Amino acid sequence: MNAKPTRFLSFVPYAAWIVLFVIAPIALITYYSFFDLAGNFTLENYRNFFTSIYFKLIVNSFWYAFLITFFSLLFAYPTAYFLTKTKHKQLWLLLIIIPSWINLLLKTYAFIGLFGLYGPINAFLEMAGIGQHQLLFTDFSFVFVAVYIFIPFMILPIFNSLDKLNPALIDAAQDLGANAWTTFSRVTLPLTMNGVKSGIQVVFIPALSLFMITRLIAGNKVITLGTAIEQQFLVAQNWGMGSTIAVFLILFMFIIMLFTSGSEKGAAGSGKIK
Amino acid sequence: MGKLSKLPKLYLAFVFIILYTPIFYLLYYSFNSGGTMSGFESFTFEHYAAVFEDTRLIMILINTIVVALLSALVSTAIGVLGAVTITFIRKKALRNAILSMNNILIVSPDVIIGASFLILFTLVGVKLGFASVLISHIAFSIPIVVIMVLPKLQEMSPSLIDAAIDLGASRRDVLTRVIIPFIKPGIFAGFFLALTYSLDDFAVTFFVTGNGFSTLSVEIYSMARAGVTLTINALSGLIFIVTLLLVFGYYAINRKSKNPFSGVRK
Repeated sequence: MNAKPTRFLSFVPYAAWIVLFVIAPIALITYYSFFDLAGNFTLENYRNFFTSIYFKLIVNSFWYAFLITFFSLLFAYPTAYFLTKTKHKQLWLLLIIIPSWINLLLKTYAFIGLFGLYGPINAFLEMAGIGQHQLLFTDFSFVFVAVYIFIPFMILPIFNSLDKLNPALIDAAQDLGANAWTTFSRVTLPLTMNGVKSGIQVVFIPALSLFMITRLIAGNKVITLGTAIEQQFLVAQNWGMGSTIAVFLILFMFIIMLFTSGSEKGAAGSGKIK
Repeated sequence: MGKLSKLPKLYLAFVFIILYTPIFYLLYYSFNSGGTMSGFESFTFEHYAAVFEDTRLIMILINTIVVALLSALVSTAIGVLGAVTITFIRKKALRNAILSMNNILIVSPDVIIGASFLILFTLVGVKLGFASVLISHIAFSIPIVVIMVLPKLQEMSPSLIDAAIDLGASRRDVLTRVIIPFIKPGIFAGFFLALTYSLDDFAVTFFVTGNGFSTLSVEIYSMARAGVTLTINALSGLIFIVTLLLVFGYYAINRKSKNPFSGVRK
């Protein structure tokens, strides 16, 4: 066609976006990871990264991200499963999604009050005879709040895959003599694995790099890759070291995506996580 | 499908209670005349009044809304043009490559986006503040718009475009009179999502905002780090109402879009 130039003219802003805000940032992060505070080219950052302090940090991050993803999945799957069986399932799903639209900071802030020393949870514990406990700034509160924030994004893709499941398959399994558990573990679960995978993807990667919830709820007790990057960039002003950690986070991200992709529709779960 | 028995119903009720408790807890204490989030003293609107009297907070609110609206508009325009061009690319490998580039920013953790944009802006010489925040919001909203618009474009039959061209339409006419009306629901959905992404963003803004400029999320963060102030609760009450309006607006648009061409369900 002769109109080719104009076609590409309309593509210029988008192409410029890809170059400037997708390729350039990753390239810059990688480039900066080779420089120390004084601006000299060095591999020192990478050497530092492989010391025991950072190794502990990585293990820590992965452990918390694993816990958060695990508990989200544990509670999200039955929720999604039961939701598909309710009468007005789209309405109920909407009600699950609404909290995820509320500003993240506000929800986290609410837990500062809820878990506070004089908050309702502690009042309840006292009534139950357990007594007051310091709930804020503990591992428990950190994982709980993170699961609370992420669970709608786990429910959504699982709900979608359960909703698409052909009910005739369940009937067939039952007709062939499978009991409820066998039907679930051999038919329902394998067929909704794609939903589970995209749910894990949209929870695990952000969970690895949390820093706001970590700071507000866990105080300085929990250090993750996210808090380390924030610390290096905004407090220590050591962009080189921050970039090195970021490079590894990007690598982990690609590895996780490789493991959890496999469905083209995976990302379409509208993962609205920040 | 069969009816739910008691246990699943209880479980769902439990999940809903957990999901909504923090939100209503915030709202409840926004009316507390005492200064803390424990021990309700008496009903008052004073914290709401405090929000409206605080000119700094109002300025931040206006900043947030301006950034959200502008970034949603610009990213929708760029994203729609991008999505249209992507569907016209015939080489499958190239198309897939562009699509995976598109998705990188969606799956990237915010910390990475924030840190890398901070480097970029400092290097290029963009002053940290309104401009850098606006540009980053545009940048991370574009892929979302593309993702929302693409399915609508793929739904569109190519013969519609052929027919328009046969009838003498120019390329511009095809875009403005055929393609855009058809994908309008996708465009609106993309615009709304971009809007909420921008309103909700904390981490990226936190990295690229300078000293003088602040958005609501960043402001709430620094207020919350300083301790509990019921002004935040009152603010959350206002934000809750706005959020509900946005959600219903979004679903109203999506519902309307379902009817005419019986599109895919979102």
